[in-house]
This record gives sequence, C-alpha cells and structure tokens, in this order.
Amino acid sequence: MLRTCLIAATGLVLALSAQAAAPQGARRAALVELVRQDCGSCHGLTLKGGLGPPLLPEALAERDVTLLESVILDGRPGTAMPPWRPFLSEDEARWIAEQLKRGWPE
Amino acid sequence: MKLRVLFVCALLLAGCAQPGGTGESGVTLRGTGDMGVVVERAAGRVMLIETTGRTVLGRVDGLGDLSHASVVYSRDGRYAYVFGRDGGLSKVDLLTARLDKRIVQSGNAIGGAISQDGRLIVAANYTPGGIRIFDARTLEPLSEVASTYGDGSRRAKVVGIADAPGNRFVFSLFEAGEIWVVDASDPRAPRVTKLAGIGKQPYDGLITPNGRHYIAGLYGEDGLALVDLWHLEKGARKILTGYGRGEAPLPVYKMPHLRGWAVAGRLAFLPAIGRHEVLVVDTETWREAGRVKVHGQPVFVVAQPGGRQVWVNFAFPHNGVVQVIDVPSLAVVKQLQPGRAVLHLEFTPRGEQVWISSRDDNVVVVYDTARFAERVRIPAERPSGIFLTARALMTGF
Repeated sequence: MLRTCLIAATGLVLALSAQAAAPQGARRAALVELVRQDCGSCHGLTLKGGLGPPLLPEALAERDVTLLESVILDGRPGTAMPPWRPFLSEDEARWIAEQLKRGWPE
Repeated sequence: MKLRVLFVCALLLAGCAQPGGTGESGVTLRGTGDMGVVVERAAGRVMLIETTGRTVLGRVDGLGDLSHASVVYSRDGRYAYVFGRDGGLSKVDLLTARLDKRIVQSGNAIGGAISQDGRLIVAANYTPGGIRIFDARTLEPLSEVASTYGDGSRRAKVVGIADAPGNRFVFSLFEAGEIWVVDASDPRAPRVTKLAGIGKQPYDGLITPNGRHYIAGLYGEDGLALVDLWHLEKGARKILTGYGRGEAPLPVYKMPHLRGWAVAGRLAFLPAIGRHEVLVVDTETWREAGRVKVHGQPVFVVAQPGGRQVWVNFAFPHNGVVQVIDVPSLAVVKQLQPGRAVLHLEFTPRGEQVWISSRDDNVVVVYDTARFAERVRIPAERPSGIFLTARALMTGF
C-alpha cells in the first residue's frame, strides 16, 4: 500500500515537473485576459473559432503541446497566425498551450 | 382602433426609453434619429444611448455571445438587428427598450446586412459557411446560399457582407478567394453571380457610399479587389497591388475592418495589412493617391461625415491610441488616448461628435471633433461596437 502510494507520488512529481512553471497573480490574470480578448479577436471570445480555428480542448486533443507552444511563439507562416514571442516567455507560451488543451480558465 | 392606440401607449410607457417630450395623451414621444446602441460584449447586452444629451436610455440583455457583434437598423430607425458570434440574430426595439424577437440561425456568424427595401435581413456565417435570408419583420427564414467552392465539398467562411442597390448583397469567401453577388429580388429563390480568382484570402469588404463599388481587402497578398456593380460582366480587378513594396509584412494581431465611411470626397482611406500605414486611393482612377504613416496596424479607418478628417484605431499592442488624419494635407494632426483597448469609433450623422469604446477601461468616451475635447465619459461593461441609427439610411450599413 505504502509502496503504491510512493510510486503514485513519484509519478505525480514527474508529471508536474514536465509542465511549464505556471504564471502567478497579476501576470496570470493578464494572460487569461490576453488569450480571451486578443486571441479571441480571431478565434472568438469563447475560443470556438472565428477566422482562426477553434481553440477548445476537443479541437486541440490531437495536438502536441510543444507544437502548440511553437505556433503561439512563432506563428504559422502562410496563415493569419502571428508570432506572440514579443509578448510571451517560452514558459508562458507552454502554460497557455497546456491550459488550452484543458479548457481555458475564466 | 382606440383600444389599439391605448395598447401602444401602454407599451411605450412600460419601456424605459422615453426622455423626450410629452405627447397629447400623456405618452412620452420621441424619434430615434439621435439614438444608437453600444455593444457590451462580455455581458451579451446592448446599451441604448442618445447623442443629443449624450446619455444612456436603457439596456437590453439576453443577446448571447456578442464577441464580434454587429448591428443594422430597420429603415424607420426603430429596430436594431444584432448579429452575434454564436449565430444569434436579435431584433431590439429602441423605443420600448425590449427584445422584440430572437433566433439562433447558425453556429458561428460574422455579421449581416439589410436589403435596400428594408424587407430582408441577411446573416453572414462562418459555420456553416454561407448566408441566410430572413424576413425583416418576423425573422422567418426565407432561403439560404451555401458558400461551397472548389470541388463542392467545402464551404468557405463568408466575410465582408454589404447590401447593394437592387436588393442585392455582396460578400467575399475567405478560403476560396471569390466575391459573390446575390440578387434577392425573389428572396425565396436568390440568384448568385460568382466572381472567382479575385485574390488570396479576402478578409473583409466595403461598399462605397453610392452603392456602386465593392472593395475586398486581401490578407494573402498586397492589394485589394474591386468590383464595379454597374458592370458585373467585367469581373473583379486588383487595385493597389504591391503596396507592400516587397518588404516582409509586420505581424497582424487583429484583422482590420473595412466596413464604415472610409470614403472622404473622391479619396478612399484603407488600412494596409502588415504595414503601419493607411492607404489612400483616388476613387475616380482607383490609383494610389498617397499613404499615411500611422501608430500601428490600422483596424477601423473612418471618415468623419463631411470628409475633413479620418479617424483611425489600431490592433494590439497599439490599441490604446486613436489618430486623426487631416484629409487635405494627408497628415496625422492629432493623437488621442481615450483608454485601453479601443475597439470602435462612430461619428454622429453630421460629424460633430465621435463616440469611442475602450474595452479595458470599461468606458465610452465622446469627443468634440472640432476641438478634440472630451465631452463625456460613459461607463460601460467591456464596450465594443457603437452603432447609431443614422446607419438605417445609408447603403452599406
């Protein structure tokens, strides 16, 4: 029993350490707002899509977090998706990708 | 008959939008010519305003997802038709401050238009791609035109819808690079004329104030597509080609909007894509007549009625600023900071005031256009589009 718990705990720690450091406080709030409002200009305020494709969890289920992170940072040439690197750190872009796959917070 | 009049009076009394004088019967009467709506987009609500005393008359809620909402007016200026992103089409009565009718007509919509004769409302949709035509009075669906293209298996997103003389509607197909002209003279059996190969990724369109020329902005290339609706047989042609001069485009963090009075005298003012410039085109020759360097990627480029000034707002991250271009000199003569995230601006019909929405400061700011003086700041929840009833009388609105 103890052993099972330990293994589970180790697994949890490993899973957490693979994730991006989550932004805190005011910065987190600003990012939540940025995605809703400014990504929302093309992807819709509810992120269900506009001129840009939907960013809801079911739409992103097959997408790799690393790929999403790179699209956020560097855009997609040949499409209307611009690079957000001037406004985001790599950790923040990764955190956004992870949150989008889970469902964007209010 | 007498009973019906009383009923109408009771309805008017029940509403909360009567700041005007008192009629013979004790009922407050007013016209709607100085009224309008401001979209409070996160709240799914519109605020009813008037521009004489510059006050809020009431609010109407329950309008759904109003991100990217747009509004057209019945020709009598009484009803606002609000198109929501969620496909909602709501008919709001400005006099009683009530929701008259509401339907959800698609999964994802971008806007709409009203016909020349005022009898038809057309919604432009992303999902499923196409337009739907409704009876303006009842919102009963009359017909649909699917925006299928290529081998016919896909539907393009419809952008840049405008009404045109002859009960026609003009719009562009984003993925297909086409402009379609729909003749809705028989609204149950609309006839479609398709112009293909007009350019890459048209993102929005406008019709000139006289209803003759339709212009689609192109995201995928430097240039715009122009259609002379008097000579559809000539097809579309490109204007201002290569305006980017071969330079790498700057990133665009919000698509510009073309719909609005961007025509001042014989000049049309258009946002460049990927350049911090407003392009000026001579509408007699359709050749470039100049360009104006501005603060950021332009979003709305709107000519003041009368055409002396052109006001411009910008995409993220330059969206806290509004600039004013003086038309005779083609120079930026004023820079204003109404608030954070300026989303829209709208002039009163004769141009003495401009109303500007600041989303992140939750405020609508009214300026005197002659002195650039702030007249009043009106609190609003996440305001976006501002639509005054004068639009009821203008082609393309």
